[in-house]
Amino acid sequence: MSTHLITDAHLESPDDFYEALIETHQGLSTDDSHALNARLVLLLANHIGSLPVLREALAAAREA
Amino acid sequence: MKLEQFAAADEAGPLDYQQVEFDYVRHADQDADAPVRRPVVVVGAGPVGLALAIDLAQKKVPVLVLEGGHQLSTGSRAICFAKRTLEVFDRLGCADRMVDKGVSWKVGRVYFGAEEVYRFDLLPESGHERPAFINLQQYYVEGYLVRQAATLPDIELRWKNKVVGLSQSDDGVRLTIETPEGTYELDADYVAACDGSRSQLREMLGRQTQGRIFRDRFLIADISMDADLPVERRFWFAPPFHPGQSVLLHKQADGMWRVDFQLGWDADPVAERQHERIRPRVQALLDSIGHAGAQFQIGWASVYTFACQRMARFRQGRVLFAGDSAHGVSPFGARGANSGVQDAENLAWKLAAVLRGEAPPTLLDSYGSEREYAADENIRHSTRATDFITPKSEVSRLYRDAVLALSKNNAFARSLVNSGRLSTATVLRGSPLSAPDADGFAGAMVPGAAAADAPAARTDGSIGWLLRSLAPHRFNLLVFGTPAESAWADALQDEMNVLRLPLDAAHALAAQRYDAQPGTAYLLRPDQHVCARWRHGDAKTVRAALDRALGRVPAPSLAAA
Repeated sequence: MSTHLITDAHLESPDDFYEALIETHQGLSTDDSHALNARLVLLLANHIGSLPVLREALAAAREA
Repeated sequence: MKLEQFAAADEAGPLDYQQVEFDYVRHADQDADAPVRRPVVVVGAGPVGLALAIDLAQKKVPVLVLEGGHQLSTGSRAICFAKRTLEVFDRLGCADRMVDKGVSWKVGRVYFGAEEVYRFDLLPESGHERPAFINLQQYYVEGYLVRQAATLPDIELRWKNKVVGLSQSDDGVRLTIETPEGTYELDADYVAACDGSRSQLREMLGRQTQGRIFRDRFLIADISMDADLPVERRFWFAPPFHPGQSVLLHKQADGMWRVDFQLGWDADPVAERQHERIRPRVQALLDSIGHAGAQFQIGWASVYTFACQRMARFRQGRVLFAGDSAHGVSPFGARGANSGVQDAENLAWKLAAVLRGEAPPTLLDSYGSEREYAADENIRHSTRATDFITPKSEVSRLYRDAVLALSKNNAFARSLVNSGRLSTATVLRGSPLSAPDADGFAGAMVPGAAAADAPAARTDGSIGWLLRSLAPHRFNLLVFGTPAESAWADALQDEMNVLRLPLDAAHALAAQRYDAQPGTAYLLRPDQHVCARWRHGDAKTVRAALDRALGRVPAPSLAAA
């Protein structure tokens, strides 16, 4: 398991993922979309698990 | 009533602790030509002051307790007493009654909106004498401590003795004390300020607490009711009967329940305390859990705010601050009284050692550094719980609600739900009194940790408990294996209590918890915290560790934090 955040291309199928992501929000109000995003962040964070990696992700997101 | 009358009335039958009033009694000190000098004066007869006084008196240090009031705690106040606190009270010989009277619970339910999102079973690890915690009204805990204090000739309790002045020099503290019959002065070698969150002694010394104040108000009330509710802790996030805010329901002794309603900052603290305002809130709660017809009475009620803060230094010369006077936390996680009792036991053995000349006064600096470190840990936990329970920004609420929404079907999210992480003993990592490990060990009993309990054989062969087998007021050397495997320890019998545990089936759990092999030895401080351990000890090394734990050798550059 990587001990650093992967920022190089790593998605199996980037266009399919992006389409699915937008599709998931289809028909939701902005508030509901925010809530969905928050749940998604938590699910993915749990999948990653490693606190150092998550901290790198938090920092990278903040800097962008 | 006088202490003897309290003891007699308590023996005679159920005594209403809320009605007990202790007598003010004039003392010869008030008529002395010059201020009388006492080794230790404890200011405040709450759980922290009483625990400290009992601990000192059992160590044969004469102690005077000054209390401005003359009653036990008004209302249930601190109701959760944690395992470690019960172990401290065991050491002081008074936990049995608390556990018998208190309510042990292990099931908790968490609700979000109208729905139960999960239930947890604490199922505390077996092989400990005491449960994870009990719920018991603070006035019972105080009353039982007063009973214990009354048996000790080295304790004197003076009610309606309020400290109104304090000055200190290098060699002592002078107190001015106000009584119904005027003021008098008293000198002390040391003063323990256990006078609560609005500490007058702290003010007199011009010291502040610093930290975070939360702009929120909570209604807390004692409710007696005939409903046959299961003994469970229920915590609601944003339930329909109290929209957008949190509610807690918890069982106490005597069929009493504790309710806690978050009200928000704009609530009127005076109006909300009125029974006619409380009644519909409780009724709505009961309606929602299917007990609409239950009869209930409202007892003590209070609207509180809180801050997570502490004094920069708990030792101020010869004045030592302990409990709420030194630090404040939110109530979530029961870290107020529980951490205060740990302060008291940390301070008791150090004060006793200094007063007996066994340790230099600088040992008291370690009281400050160790308990400031512990306060930071408690503040960190309680701040996190508070931020979860009462989110202070839109995004904080968004994530809080996301966690709760996920928690029903996703086990991982339950680990993020924080309605208070319950108090455990602080591991005093990096304490200058601990010797770092020279040998390899696994498990939780690292230097600085409070000794874990486990079944242990009594001298008569029956099975008792490890912590109960320790000498309650001395250093203990806990050695595993046969006497032949640790013959070197016999030379230490005069300096500490040597307790040997055989590595047999009866002690398998102890051996596991202490990662013990034949000859493994742990040096435990009088407060039962590990200060050193070895695979193979020898008297010289153990003595060096003892010297270090008593601050007799210059502290290495390690700081407790």
